[in-house]
Amino acid sequence: MTALLEIRNLNVYFATPDSDVHAVKDVSLTIGESECLGVVGESGSGKSQLFLGAMGLLASNGRASGSVLYRGQEILGAPAASLNRLRGAKITMIFQDPLTSLTPHMTVGAQIMEALNSHRALPRDEARARVREMLEYVRIPDAARRMTQYPHELSGGMRQRVMIAMATITGPDLLIADEPTTALDVTVQAQILEILRALKSDKKTAIALISHDMGVIAGNADQVQVMRSGRIVEQGPVDNIFYAPQQDYTKMLLAAMPRAADPGPDTSPRQELLLDVRDLKVSFPVSQGIFAKAKELRAVDGVSFTLRAGETLGVVGESGCGKSTLARAVLQLLPADKGKVLWLGRDLTEESREDIRRQRRGFQIVFQDPLASLDPRMPVGVSIAEPLKALEPGLSRADIAARVRAMMQKVGLEPEWINRYPHELSGGQNQRVGIARAMIIAPRMVVCDEAVSALDVSIQAQIVDLLKGLQAETGLAMIFISHDLAVVRRLSHRVMVLYLGRVVEMANSDALYRDPRHPYTRALLAAAPTPDPRHERTRPRALLTGDLPSPLDRRAQLSFLKSKRIDDAEADQYRPLLIEEAPGHFVAEHDPVI
Amino acid sequence: MLRYSLKRLLGAVPTLFVIVTLTFFMMRAAPGGPFDSARRLPPEIEHNVAAAYNLDKPLLTQYGIYLTKLAHGDFGPSYKNKDFTVAQLIGIGLPVSAKLGLSAMAVAIILGFLLGTWAALRQNRWQDYSVMAVAMTGITIPTFVTAPVLTLIFGIYGISLFGHDFTLPVGGWAGGKLANMILPVTVLALPQVAFIARLTRGSMIEVLRSNYIRTARAKGLPSFRIITRHALRAAILPLVSYLGPAVAGILTGSLVVEQIFGIPGVGRYFIQAALNRDYTLVMGVVICYAGLIVALNFVADVLYAILDPRVRLT
Repeated sequence: MTALLEIRNLNVYFATPDSDVHAVKDVSLTIGESECLGVVGESGSGKSQLFLGAMGLLASNGRASGSVLYRGQEILGAPAASLNRLRGAKITMIFQDPLTSLTPHMTVGAQIMEALNSHRALPRDEARARVREMLEYVRIPDAARRMTQYPHELSGGMRQRVMIAMATITGPDLLIADEPTTALDVTVQAQILEILRALKSDKKTAIALISHDMGVIAGNADQVQVMRSGRIVEQGPVDNIFYAPQQDYTKMLLAAMPRAADPGPDTSPRQELLLDVRDLKVSFPVSQGIFAKAKELRAVDGVSFTLRAGETLGVVGESGCGKSTLARAVLQLLPADKGKVLWLGRDLTEESREDIRRQRRGFQIVFQDPLASLDPRMPVGVSIAEPLKALEPGLSRADIAARVRAMMQKVGLEPEWINRYPHELSGGQNQRVGIARAMIIAPRMVVCDEAVSALDVSIQAQIVDLLKGLQAETGLAMIFISHDLAVVRRLSHRVMVLYLGRVVEMANSDALYRDPRHPYTRALLAAAPTPDPRHERTRPRALLTGDLPSPLDRRAQLSFLKSKRIDDAEADQYRPLLIEEAPGHFVAEHDPVI
Repeated sequence: MLRYSLKRLLGAVPTLFVIVTLTFFMMRAAPGGPFDSARRLPPEIEHNVAAAYNLDKPLLTQYGIYLTKLAHGDFGPSYKNKDFTVAQLIGIGLPVSAKLGLSAMAVAIILGFLLGTWAALRQNRWQDYSVMAVAMTGITIPTFVTAPVLTLIFGIYGISLFGHDFTLPVGGWAGGKLANMILPVTVLALPQVAFIARLTRGSMIEVLRSNYIRTARAKGLPSFRIITRHALRAAILPLVSYLGPAVAGILTGSLVVEQIFGIPGVGRYFIQAALNRDYTLVMGVVICYAGLIVALNFVADVLYAILDPRVRLT
């Protein structure tokens, strides 16, 4: 029996002004009928270019050689017309970023219709009905209306569903899914993966699942290929790869994967109280056209917590839950509407800008995108030195240089790199620069806002270890914000779960992960994929359905307490109380879990 | 959409007001006046003439009078061409200028867009390089050089086609005959063709690299459909934004071109009026030009919103 798709000795090169880049090196693989092949690798491993090359979709400076057989028939280098009969009909693709992957000026209905029409001539009404059916299949509510909307009017999860609908409407044999859930929230990711699994079981579609996330691969793939710098390092059935990896690289990847079941740090040290945030509220006016009254978006809606020296508080939540706004309001980078932020007993919300500026020696922040948050025209040494110059004036140049070099060494950067520019460093190295910049004035607290989210898992593990080391050494307090529950677990003494601007659960991290009480926390934990295929196959999938509700809708905060909800978007809603169910374990009121 | 357009239109009123005010006082700041000439008039006659046109009143009062009249749609009389009002003069010149300008715009947009798209699709090949080289030349050589050179080649030497010799008229309008239009329109459009071609090439290349074009290719669409349905609308957006500045460029170009080819358009009045300190005529032409530029910028904005659904929200 011939394989559905067989790739033999595929090489992909890119012509650059300096020299040719050899992105995919001699890769061979096969995908059988209705089989899911997982291709895992870190950024730059060539996993995406492998399939783009096989499908003749490389950028204009790219070139592929080797052989690609679809049901025994050569398709590499086939003429465009015959390739176009295959692409979008028998082999379809979905991509990482569904917003940029959809044409912005065409309605989603038109785009899906086009995919259908270019491969099958159907009467207009029938085609439209098929599109609607397909949208319903990928669980888009109100499909008829959605068809007339543009991509920017949909949420990220919706857009990826549209991509899937577009890629499956022609009934393909093979769907190539290139990082399909990377940009999505964890509960939405779980729903998208569920749809892919359904495609495989109902429609017998084979899937090539490309991902950097071992957890996503574990729960979906039958066969796995591990790629590194353009080559296949290891391949085999999913259980072999995960439970008996042969290659060091695979072992390293698996070891680096944070797992929610990992033990976290010891319980909170009972040290000096640094930060005491009381009932903090931040809202933004959202304009609804020129004549309508601006609505209030309550990004942070009454959050209280404390932080002690040497302690890490993890803040978890999905996009739009207000975690970044909370960080900025605590650091006085955004004005709060209400509430107190007591830093060493002094209320920062009442102090003058100049006083706050001087207090900034005490608290610093590390941002998500390391490259974008460094000035590209400034050598990294200068970036690191900036807080010193601003907050400790009067230091000599030699002193500053010495402190910068010492700091660079401490965060694992070569001191000789002091004059390098951000683009000359890797993502992980740039994040070390960001940490060095925050740490150079020896703050007592650092806020890490998704500080490791953009990094590969192996780098992520190194940065987490660096932060832990710095904490052990200096007694630093940290607020660690992330959408990734597993990473938070590794670092945090206590964890706070946010849902639409409010705390739904806060507890010591062991208690929270072992015994989650709030349905939202449970859903989050259930949705997070783990790099454990057997566990992934057997565990119950407690899914939240649909997208996160709009934070503008005041009813939404009561999604888990429907009994107290008033069904009126404008009404003042009941505010769920935080109840201390066990010592130190606070849970927001919710309807009983069935 | 309607509300958006209305908002944009209201926004144009203060712009026009500022332009009127600035031109008014700048003209007055220039030395000399409409009735100064080599032969001095007796003082009492000069005084009477000035009084007849309210020129003896304080400047601010004159400004007030002008604005009041303007609000009633009265541009006033021309100081030099005594038998005509400003509105009449513009009424004679504008159709000629408009025909010239709009033809040049149309040529520039169509030709520039086609050339730019072609260059983008043949990126880094000889077709691309030659279009871009010609475009660069078109941008760098000023109209007052291209005009005489083209006149010399096509108007004086003539060209042979199919055994016939053709020469184009070197000047005059002749009521807008095609033969009379070819040279001025070409000269006027040339730098714009070049600029639009470069602009289109750049944006087209960028759009063709975007993710949604990759999606369209993965859907198995033929390239013609990918370009017309998916790429074109996004690639045209920078061109639409350039529409406003392009009109300004064509207008300034037309001042020179009308002079060189002896075309009786508004541009010629403008230069004469400025030299003669014919205050009202200068003001009239400026308001007319400013109105045109504002209007076309408005059209550009509305077009932009139609082409890009994401803009409609704001």
